[in-house]
Amino acid sequence: MGLKGRDLISIRDLSREEIEEILKASRRMIPYAEGQKAGHQLDDRLLVMAFFEPSTRTRLSFETAAQRLGARCVTIADPTASSMRKGESLHDTVRMLSSYGDAIILRHPNEGSGRLAAMASDKPVINAGDGAGQHPSQTLLDLATMQEAFGTLSGLRVVLLGDLKYGRTVHSLAHALAVFGAELVLSSPPTLGLPEEVREHLDQMGAKVTEVDQLHRAVRDADVLYVTRIQKERFGDEAEYSKVAGSYRIDNAVLAGGKPRMIVMHPLPRTGEIAPEVDGTTHAAYFRQAFLGVPVRMALLSLILTGKAV
Amino acid sequence: MVRELKITPIKNGTVIDHIGNGLALEVLRIIGVRELDRDSTVSVALHVRSQKIGWKDIVKVENMELSPRKVNAIALIAPTATIAIIRDFKVQEKRAVDLPDRIGGVLRCPNSSCITNQHEPVESEFEVARRRPVVLRCAYCERLVDEFLPNLA
Repeated sequence: MGLKGRDLISIRDLSREEIEEILKASRRMIPYAEGQKAGHQLDDRLLVMAFFEPSTRTRLSFETAAQRLGARCVTIADPTASSMRKGESLHDTVRMLSSYGDAIILRHPNEGSGRLAAMASDKPVINAGDGAGQHPSQTLLDLATMQEAFGTLSGLRVVLLGDLKYGRTVHSLAHALAVFGAELVLSSPPTLGLPEEVREHLDQMGAKVTEVDQLHRAVRDADVLYVTRIQKERFGDEAEYSKVAGSYRIDNAVLAGGKPRMIVMHPLPRTGEIAPEVDGTTHAAYFRQAFLGVPVRMALLSLILTGKAV
Repeated sequence: MVRELKITPIKNGTVIDHIGNGLALEVLRIIGVRELDRDSTVSVALHVRSQKIGWKDIVKVENMELSPRKVNAIALIAPTATIAIIRDFKVQEKRAVDLPDRIGGVLRCPNSSCITNQHEPVESEFEVARRRPVVLRCAYCERLVDEFLPNLA
């Protein structure tokens, strides 16, 4: 089944082959994303950016992706200005928006809102984050970053570091990496471990998963160090937070114990998890990762709206 | 088997047998006893010896057949239950409850932030993620649910 006309709500909606198709198309989109080539794949298309929750990176990268390919966008960027404040349901809002544009890109604070929007809309819906739920284009750009650095995903040893409990990106990423046969190493503070059901799901998929509690041991054999933000609000008191956050901080001394080709990733924004001194090293992949969000979203929009990429 | 019981046989209706011990009252809640015909008798037997499951509960309801939605709800909280349709004192049909792959409207999603709990014009829906023991996944927010009693809609 092709991607044309499809919704993308959860990474589970995509087969391995479909993910590979998107990653391949993303690589071909890079010259367009860099502005070296002018894209016309989406000329005359109108996309609705329905962001009912604040977001800078995701919204701008979707808008950039759309405009680099010639599409125009109408945007709801301020949820307080929306009719939903007047009590309109998301269902009705989406139904109306779907009659305006050719696709809807949705960010919403409630989990499951992407699925509901897909039901209400007769145009494709791309979930750009539903509360603590799914954010499939983030997972795709994470995979694209690893694939660009290593040429493959299969067999990579990926350390997931930090808040594995609440971190939205981590659960979908773990699923996708398991689909591709990567090896997962979990390293988190005891109270922020991967939820039981996610771990069980990975086991059912036959994924190779290990847990390592000490940072330097996790780093030693890693190909990818995927760092997530540890949020202050998850802790009862400031001192406990500082202690835990400090023990997961990545700097050049920590990285010295790793492989030379290891890359460090982070969904951004970072708040001290990665020292600025890492930025200048060959390990730093997080800004490249943020850039790759554009070609990945270009590939997605193009495949979903036209059935082809370039 | 019906003759061994201390409660009377029914002429027409439904017998829900092999309900897990102590769950009959929940089954009654699902059936919605208050909505029944005033002339219907409801008999409940609690803590009855069963060769199959040790101890069991039984519920008999006169002049009523269960909707598929109610059968699904019973299948969730009492997976060992069997349902017999009685017509003119004879068992017309007897079967074990069986969970379909998708279940709509029976449970509320326990995730309070799930979109199905936000006054949207949609019904909750779950897919069966695992059958033994049963684990459901919310078709909207993907939350896994393995406790059903507190979440019955």
